[in-house]
Amino acid sequence: MNPSNNSLRSPLGRVRGLGSAKEGTHHWWAQRVTAVALIPLTIWFVYSLLGLAGGDLAAFTGWLSSPINATLMTLVVAVGFHHAQLGLQVVFEDYVVGHATRIAINMIVKFLCYGLGALSIVSILIVAFGR
Amino acid sequence: MSSAAKPTARPLSPHLQVYRLPLTALLSISHRITGGGLAVGLVGLAYWLTAAAVGADAYAQFQGIASSWFGQLVLFGFSFALYFHLCNGIRHLFWDAGKGFKIADAQRSDKMVLAGAIVLTAITWLVA
Repeated sequence: MNPSNNSLRSPLGRVRGLGSAKEGTHHWWAQRVTAVALIPLTIWFVYSLLGLAGGDLAAFTGWLSSPINATLMTLVVAVGFHHAQLGLQVVFEDYVVGHATRIAINMIVKFLCYGLGALSIVSILIVAFGR
Repeated sequence: MSSAAKPTARPLSPHLQVYRLPLTALLSISHRITGGGLAVGLVGLAYWLTAAAVGADAYAQFQGIASSWFGQLVLFGFSFALYFHLCNGIRHLFWDAGKGFKIADAQRSDKMVLAGAIVLTAITWLVA
């Protein structure tokens, strides 16, 4: 039952445990962790939107001034954009032909996701703290 | 190789253009499509939050777009994509745990995912 006797992987390769992608299961695991976090966050987000629909800026500002709401909204944005760029990366890796194009598209998408995520979080803080 | 031009009766692998995808496969690709759509929808979320930070005029402009028929249509599509991706994502987590791989189980969870997404979308828009 010694796995080293019937495995094609070298002992060093098994110890490192990173596989052909050179990063092990990190991407896969990060996508699962963010997915689980997004289950309650999504339910809270939709529930909150229903309460806010049709309200004016004053109502939204009052709602977002609550530390709980500001924190959860920040998490929706941060975890949501992180999950999105992880998923988009796999889609582009699967469908985009050409090494350079694939890398370029993935970089642009990641810059956009983190850029829009940062813009959203700064906006949340501006509204929450007041000007 | 003179036999190369002969027509063959061997079964060919199904081509996407002539092969009707089973529901399980249709939902599988839909997970990607809704995921991509939701990523685009996140731009709308960023616009909403930024408009609130910029001021009352920008916020009113956002609300004008969101409450137009086009904005409502996009929001409706976004809500269905969100619920579908949520329900199917939960199914993926069960699969990750090694559960529900039997064909009959997968076909049953197909219907649960679809029903969940439709019912949740309906409830949301009835309440809204």
